[in-house]
This record gives sequence, C-alpha cells and structure tokens, in this order.
Amino acid sequence: MENRKLIKIATAGSVDDGKSTLIGRLLYDTGSLTTDKLEAIEKTSRQRGFDYLDFSLATDGLVAEREQGITIDVAHIYFNTDKTNFIVADTPGHVEYTRNMVTGASTSQVAIILIDARKGVIEQTYRHFFISNLLRLSHVVVAINKMDLVGYDEDVFLKIKADFDALVEKSNFNNEQITFIPISALKGENIAKKSTQMPWYLGNTLLDHLEVLEPEDLQEQAFARLPVQYVIRPKTDAFHDFRGFSGKLYGGSFRVGDQVTILPSFTQSKIKSIQFFDQELEVAVPGASITITLEDEVDISRGDMIVKSSELPNSEKSITATICQVNHKPLRIGEKYTLQHGVNRVLARVESIQSKIQPDFSGEETTDSLKLNDIGKVSFKLSKAIHFDPYQVNRSNGSFILIDEGTYDTVSVGFIV
Amino acid sequence: MSDLFIPNPKEAESIHILREVAAQFERPVLLFSGGKDSITLVRLAQKAFYPARIPFPLLHIDTGHNFPETIQFRDDLVKELGLELIVRNVQDSIDQGKVREEKGRYASRNTLQTTTLLDAIEEFKFDACIGGARRDEEKARAKERVFSVRDDFGQWDEKNQRPELFDMLNGRIEQGQNVRVFPISNWTELDVWEYIKTENIKIPSIYFAHKREVFFRDGLIWTANEHVYREPHEEVVEKMVRFRTVGDMTCTAAVLSEAETLQTVVEEIRQSTLSERGARIDDKRSEAAMEKRKKVGYF
Ligand SMILES: Nc1nc2c(ncn2[C@@H]2O[C@H](COP(=O)(O)OP(=O)(O)OP(=O)(O)O)[C@@H](O)[C@H]2O)c(=O)[nH]1
Ligand SMILES: [Mg+2]
Repeated sequence: MENRKLIKIATAGSVDDGKSTLIGRLLYDTGSLTTDKLEAIEKTSRQRGFDYLDFSLATDGLVAEREQGITIDVAHIYFNTDKTNFIVADTPGHVEYTRNMVTGASTSQVAIILIDARKGVIEQTYRHFFISNLLRLSHVVVAINKMDLVGYDEDVFLKIKADFDALVEKSNFNNEQITFIPISALKGENIAKKSTQMPWYLGNTLLDHLEVLEPEDLQEQAFARLPVQYVIRPKTDAFHDFRGFSGKLYGGSFRVGDQVTILPSFTQSKIKSIQFFDQELEVAVPGASITITLEDEVDISRGDMIVKSSELPNSEKSITATICQVNHKPLRIGEKYTLQHGVNRVLARVESIQSKIQPDFSGEETTDSLKLNDIGKVSFKLSKAIHFDPYQVNRSNGSFILIDEGTYDTVSVGFIV
Repeated sequence: MSDLFIPNPKEAESIHILREVAAQFERPVLLFSGGKDSITLVRLAQKAFYPARIPFPLLHIDTGHNFPETIQFRDDLVKELGLELIVRNVQDSIDQGKVREEKGRYASRNTLQTTTLLDAIEEFKFDACIGGARRDEEKARAKERVFSVRDDFGQWDEKNQRPELFDMLNGRIEQGQNVRVFPISNWTELDVWEYIKTENIKIPSIYFAHKREVFFRDGLIWTANEHVYREPHEEVVEKMVRFRTVGDMTCTAAVLSEAETLQTVVEEIRQSTLSERGARIDDKRSEAAMEKRKKVGYF
C-alpha cells in the first residue's frame, strides 16, 4: 500500500442539511464513483422524477434509508486523491444524533459541520460544535450549504460566520482551527471546483482545504503508552524462550534501551527489542502495532500497560469523567458496569452523577440518571486502579467505554477529566 | 536495524483488530475463500502473531464450483505456513437435504453457502469468524461494524448495532451468539492491491490476464464450463481475461484484461471505472441483494 496521508473526517448537520449529498458529491468529483454505481444513482434519481442526480443515494445503503430518504446509521465512505486517503463518517442528522456523532468523531481528526444557508446557526449547530470541542478534534470545517437557494449571497455567509464565531468564543478552539466555506453540495459549487457564482469567496474549495490539512495529532505531544493486547509465546525450537508483548503504541515513541515501568505491578525493566513482523526496529513511533521484548523476566499479561519510567500516568481507583450515553438503557447512580479502558477491563460502580451538561454551552443541571444522548459528569469507583491520562492530554489513554453486565452492549463512552 | 519505520495506519489497525480477536475469543476462525482479501488477512495475521504461528484455523466453505487454481493455491498456502485448514462442502448440505440446488439461467451455489457456514460454526462452536469484507465494497457493508454481533441464527440486526468508539472493541457475547470480525473494514480495493504489490504476496493465477473460454450475458463475461448454466445460443469464445474477485464460478464474472503482472493489475484498478462488485453476478440481481443476504447470515 502506498503510504499516503490518511485523514479521517466526521460529518455533522441536522436532517436534510445535505451531508449525504455532500459526500456523494465528493465521491463524484474525485472520480471515486464507479460507472455502475453512477448508473444506479442516475436510474433511481430518474425513477423518482428528479431533474438532478441525487448523490445521497451513494451512501444511504440500507433499504429503509433509501425509502425514507434519510440516513439511519453511520456509514464509512472512502475516497482518495493522489496525495491523501480520506475516510468519511456519514452520520445521521435526526434522532440519536449525539450518539452517532460522538461515535463518528471518536475515530476522526476533522469535523465538517454543515449549515443550511437558509436556516443559519440553529440549536443543532451548537451541539455539533460542542461535540467537536468535547472530543478535541483538531479541525472544524463549517460548510455553509445550499448557497444556491439564497442567491449565493455573501451577506448570508457573513452573518452565519459571525454567529458561529460567537460560539467559538465559548470553546477551547483557536480561530485557526476553524474554516468557513460557502458551498452547494447539490450543484458542486466550491466542492472540488471553485465556484464562479461566488467570486467574493477567496478561500480554498472544500477538497483543496481537506487536502492541505495537517491534523496535528494530539497524541504526538503526549507520553508513550503501550497497552498489552496479547503475549506472544511461540514455543518453537527457534524461539524457545521468546516472550513478546504486543500492542499498539500511543502518544509517544519507544526506543530500544528505554527504561520502562509495567503497570499495575510497577516493576521496571529495559526494552530489549522492538519488532514489527520480522523487522527489528530501533525506534517505534505512535500508531505502530508492535511487539516488544524486555531485558528481564517480568510477569505481564493482557491489560497491563508499559510506559517509560520517567512518564508515569495517573493510577486511580476513583475517577471522574464526562460521559455520553449511547444506549437506550439509562445510566443510574449505584449501577455496576464493566469499564473497558483501551484493552483493559475492570468493574465500575457509579458513585454520583454530578451534573447533566447542556450540549450547547449553556450550562449544567442536576440529575440522577443519564438517558440516551445525554452528556454528564460522573464519578466512578473501580474494582482495580486504571492507568490513565486525562482525555485533554491523550485521547486514547483518556477514554473508556462502559459495557452493560446484562446485555453486554456498549452503553456509554467516557472522557476522563 | 532499519531506518525510522513509519507505520501504515490501515495495516496497524488491522493487526490491532486481529490481536483483539485472539485475546477476546475462545474459538476464532478465519473464513478463507482463496480470494485476495482473505489472502491479505492471512498475511496480516502472520504479522500480528510473529514469531508465533497464527493462533486460529482457516475455514473454507467449498461450493464445489470453485476455480481449481484457487483450491490448489489454498492447499499450497496452508502447507507453506503450517496452518490448520477446515473445509466444509456445500455438496454435503445438498446431499443432507438441508438446501436445494438452484436451477436455471442464474443457478448458483453462492447463497447456499450460508447454511453450510452456519452448520460449521455450530459444529466447531466458533465464537468469532474473521472475514475479509470491506466497507467500500457495497453500500450495506458500509454500515457494518468491525465486531458485528450475530444471534443464534447467524442474523445481522442492522438497526441495533453496538457503537464502536476509538480503538475499543467490545467482543462480549452471550452463549450461542457469535461475532463476525472484519479487520480490513477500512481498506479499499485499491489499498488491498497496493498492499499485495508492496508486500509481494502470492495470489492465485486467475487474478492475472489469461486465455479462457467464456461467453457473454447481460453485459458480463461468464466462464464457460460444466458448472455454469448456458443456453445453446450463448456462444463460447476465447478471450484474454482476469478476475477481480474470486468466488463461486457461477457468480464471478471476468473482465477483459491484458494485465499479466501485479504492476499492471494495480494500474488497471486505479483507472477502472467499474466497481469490483459490478462484476458480481449475485449483486446485480437487486440493489438490496447484499443487505438481504447479510441479514440471514451470509459472510
Ligand atoms: N438546493 C440544494 N439542495 C440540496 C443541497 N444539498 C442537499 N440538498 C437537498 O437536501 C435534501 C437532503 O439532503 P441529504 O444529503 O439527504 O441530507 P442529510 O444531511 O444527509 O440528511 P440526514 O442524513 O437524513 O440527516 C435533498 O433533497 C438534497 O437534494 C444544495 O446544496 N442545494
Ligand atoms: Mg444523510
């Protein structure tokens, strides 16, 4: 595989703002829609009596979605240009919105927030931006869509931009992390080609902008964390005494010879080798799925974490986190869950729900339960300490999921404060 | 010791997923079709567990209508890597009266595979089945999770899927349930081909241009042999063709091609304006074909 830059994007917008249409348009304009798919879109658009191509048909994959013309579940769409691979999460704009956007955004670095030019900044926009802020995405693109329906009027664009800027004030975002682009997804204006209808807009097209983004990976300024997924013991003649600890490295680099601490035992050792398949590496960088061996015989099993001895994380049995409820079953005080932090699982009991947070920067209120799509601040007691960094510092080592003990469903996601 | 190693993010993610499967499940199995996606999975699994052997067997559901080149390839690969291979035959399910052979112009054993697969899962009590499906293949697949929970009947409840957040995979299931795992969910067809090329992975010869007896129907190129129903007026001709996916002969169409090397195949894929599934006869039947098959337990 050629090592192209990989950019992961989540889309956000209310029902019918044009997310699916935009993604379909991006596919079309980058030549990623194959003839057979295009033919299918043409045929269905014709059957429905449209005089344009309904690009939302490219992503709305379930029968129910095509029937109702809405997106029901997150879809992942792929396309690439010569320089960049893109993965776009198309999230539904209606019910269960928070859950779907949090899910889509958790694997993304960038959010495209769509606004219908006719409607401007609405309550939903607050939520979309709130979630982008909560999940600490590195960039937000505000795409002001359906400009064709407002006569491509610059004043409309400027008014929406001013309203949105007022929101940015309330967040942790810098202005440089946010870009405003006036578009028409349906007509293809400012998507891949510069709009002649909006000569007043001097910035990049959406695609050009996405291509030049360098999502500063928040991880790269954090410390190295290796959660052990699997212990490799070949027990063959050639590798008789081999004991390798496998996992994906987050947050920082490891180098052969580094002094490391193994959690939870707090034993120390030195990195003897770093391997990727049959290659021996001197240095492993974040994002690599590696196997390491240590100088000493240390007892290590799945769920343990290997870190540099000079960079210990927090080890606590009581934690507080911002929780987003992603299941119909509410989260209640006193309830017990399995907490999965990376690949490690412990039991967790809800001690208190400090507040429910209005996902529009308007404040907090008290509550005794968090229902589907609610966001709140919750304190937990754990059966064993976990070894974490605040989500602010390290996205992967600062997040967890809660698993229901009865259904085994994933019911909540947490961001440790 | 090498220069600074820059990980390929998609490869790293797939390895992460395979290690989660080995750690979270008791009896995982890799569904091996002999096609490029499952061959890629085998390579990724080798990388995930090296220097140990791949800690799960391969399961091949043989329709009896596979290309002989694929079967030969499968057996060679298993021998070379010292893998455990389980084969279950659609013919046996037919002989046991569990499924009925389709008849007529579009007769295929493709959908019959589901029964044989579900029986094998039951027989070996597999709790995780690793497959090579990708989200870019088809619209219904785009909604698929990496860990996709199936009930006792192997069914997929598409409206009730577990959200997958960050890298965290929740493989906890109840007795009788199993999970379908898709480690290359986020790869595109081009990613797979470029990977095969950079890694220099061996693939069956039918992926390269070769002379073959074929006939034309519905704008597709069909293999002419005893397993594929053909009307007397459908004339057999010899053409230079290759396959973009390999499955059952009755549902895999060929494309005209001169590409005889990996380099030229990758070039061709890059320039192609037809999707891989466009050459799948089974999907042509209806727009919702895949979603329907998935709901009842297809791969
Ligand atoms: N005039 C005009 N119509 C648009 C534009 N973009 C989208 N639409 C139309 O708006 C309607 C909704 O578009 P979708 O893409 O399905 O909206 P969505 O945001 O994906 O909706 P959900 O997924 O249900 O939340 C469709 O009828 C589109 O054709 C645009 O730029 N201009
Ligand atoms: Mg949509």
